Amino acid sequence: MTHPALQPAATSRPPAGDDQTVAPSASVRVTQLVQVFERDHPPVLDRIDLDVGPGEFVCLLGASGCGKSTLLSLIAGLGTPTSGSIEVTVDRPALVFQEPALLPWLTAAGNVELALKARKVGRHERRAGAERLLTLVNLTGQGHKRVHELSGGMRQRVALARALAQDSQLLLMDEPFAALDAITRDALHEELTRLWSKQGLSIVFVTHNVREAVRLGQRVLLMSSRPGRIVREWRLELSQPRAIESPGVSALATEITHHLRAEISRHGR
Amino acid sequence: MAVDDKTLTTEDNRAFEAGLDALEMPALLPRPGPGVVFVRSVLPPLVAVVAFIGLWQLAYSVELKPSYALPSPRDVLQTFSQTVRDGRAVDAISISVSRGALGFVASLAVGTVLGLAMWRSRWLRAALGPFVSGLQSLPSVAWVPAAIIWFGLSDAAIYAVVLLGAVPSIANGLLAGFDQVPPLLDKVGRVLGLSTVGRIRHVLLPAALPGYLAGLKQGWAFSWRSLMAAELITYSPALGIGLGQQLNIGRELNAMDLVIASIVLILLVGVAIELLVFAPLERRILRARGLTIARSR
Ligand SMILES: Nc1ncnc2c1ncn2[C@@H]1O[C@H](COP(=O)(O)OP(=O)(O)O)[C@@H](O)[C@H]1O
Ligand SMILES: [Mg+2]
Repeated sequence: MTHPALQPAATSRPPAGDDQTVAPSASVRVTQLVQVFERDHPPVLDRIDLDVGPGEFVCLLGASGCGKSTLLSLIAGLGTPTSGSIEVTVDRPALVFQEPALLPWLTAAGNVELALKARKVGRHERRAGAERLLTLVNLTGQGHKRVHELSGGMRQRVALARALAQDSQLLLMDEPFAALDAITRDALHEELTRLWSKQGLSIVFVTHNVREAVRLGQRVLLMSSRPGRIVREWRLELSQPRAIESPGVSALATEITHHLRAEISRHGR
Repeated sequence: MAVDDKTLTTEDNRAFEAGLDALEMPALLPRPGPGVVFVRSVLPPLVAVVAFIGLWQLAYSVELKPSYALPSPRDVLQTFSQTVRDGRAVDAISISVSRGALGFVASLAVGTVLGLAMWRSRWLRAALGPFVSGLQSLPSVAWVPAAIIWFGLSDAAIYAVVLLGAVPSIANGLLAGFDQVPPLLDKVGRVLGLSTVGRIRHVLLPAALPGYLAGLKQGWAFSWRSLMAAELITYSPALGIGLGQQLNIGRELNAMDLVIASIVLILLVGVAIELLVFAPLERRILRARGLTIARSR
């Protein structure tokens, strides 16, 4: 019993967004963050302020190249910002990349176990833990499969299980479903909202897909490009789970798309 | 804004997902059965060998060359089986293969350390890289005279040539393996919180393995060639009679049947090691990664 995130939820109530069964703990505070890669270029990220509350699901929306991945990897600790500060209340945020980034010489379970091993979980618990996590992402009994034997959606779920194996209360996701077809993506949205409400995670979800952002988030932040800034924010009152084709999602998506287009059009002038 | 009657229940979604998985699972090619393997891979080279021997017999029958220069397949087979029966073949094989193996292991150690050092130090790589790559294309037989002058007609001379032949390939193979590791995988190691040693052991080395193995394979081929070149030239009773030396005896005696029998033995040993050691290793490593060796059809 070393791994609280592996335990099934105590209740079987239908998940509801604001009503977590596990006490959430993680939060992120980004203050006046600036990232410059090349001199004489506008900063990729410019004075970003971002607060993510405990248990909150925040979607970061922006055109490609606006600095979403850069921001996420800075929060993940994969680099140091040019200036500004990032405070994260967990040791090590979990991160899901756009590609599944599974190690192809390991099985599905092996990939999950590596994350447990990095946390110094013992061998026997690793095996059981990986099995439980794979069950959590609906991959019961598929642990022995090699990466190349899995479909795209299954690979991304293994990647999600591996991220959950980090047992972090903060989950960062960088366009994790962008490469998947719409049907598979639907299923994974469902899966993710279920996990989120059950485990009390704080999630920062990066996407360039407006409907996806509205489908998932409690808050949607719109980023501008060159320099990357957070220019607008929406708080969603839609209950969870919500269908991507529901009128509420559509209406808000239309509004946000309008702003996103205006933001992108600035660069064409 | 309350919406949403249309969402799936968790159970529905699970069934839906399982259906998607079943539909999308990449179809794996079934492994071909032994009959198919025989027809596809074993039969064609057999046919080629038989055809070649037929042509040889024909050339012998029409006396294309005098029979001391072109013995019949039967003569060569006789000499061959005689060298096997009287133990010369086994002795020569064991001398050469043990030298080859020892030389290869030494090259493996030196080449791996050199490759690692060049990978760790940008400066070292810039300094030595061109020479290591250049050495790779220098036929190692060119080192034999130098080695004999330095070490005399000794095992040391032979090993020096083998090392100079194999080390560059192995070092370069390891470097190529490391260069091909996708940076994303190293990021995964860091995100998971693996230590530096853990990242090298669990991410970098396994990811570099296919390139390293290709280097080892080429390193072995170069070891074996260098060894034969060295044995052919450094003949001395103190060194024992390896395959290369046996070949040289054939030349000195003007015994073409012994020469051909020795060439065949050298070829067989090379092919056997490729098939018994490297091919299975490669197949295992590539198959585990879903990188199947291109099969001719
Ligand atoms: N390591 C780097 N060095 C130089 N430029 C970079 C680096 N990483 C990202 N960039 C630049 O920063 C900008 C934002 O990149 P990225 O964060 O990947 O955008 P997004 O994820 O929103 O598509 C791009 O213009 C990219 O070229
Ligand atoms: Mg990106």
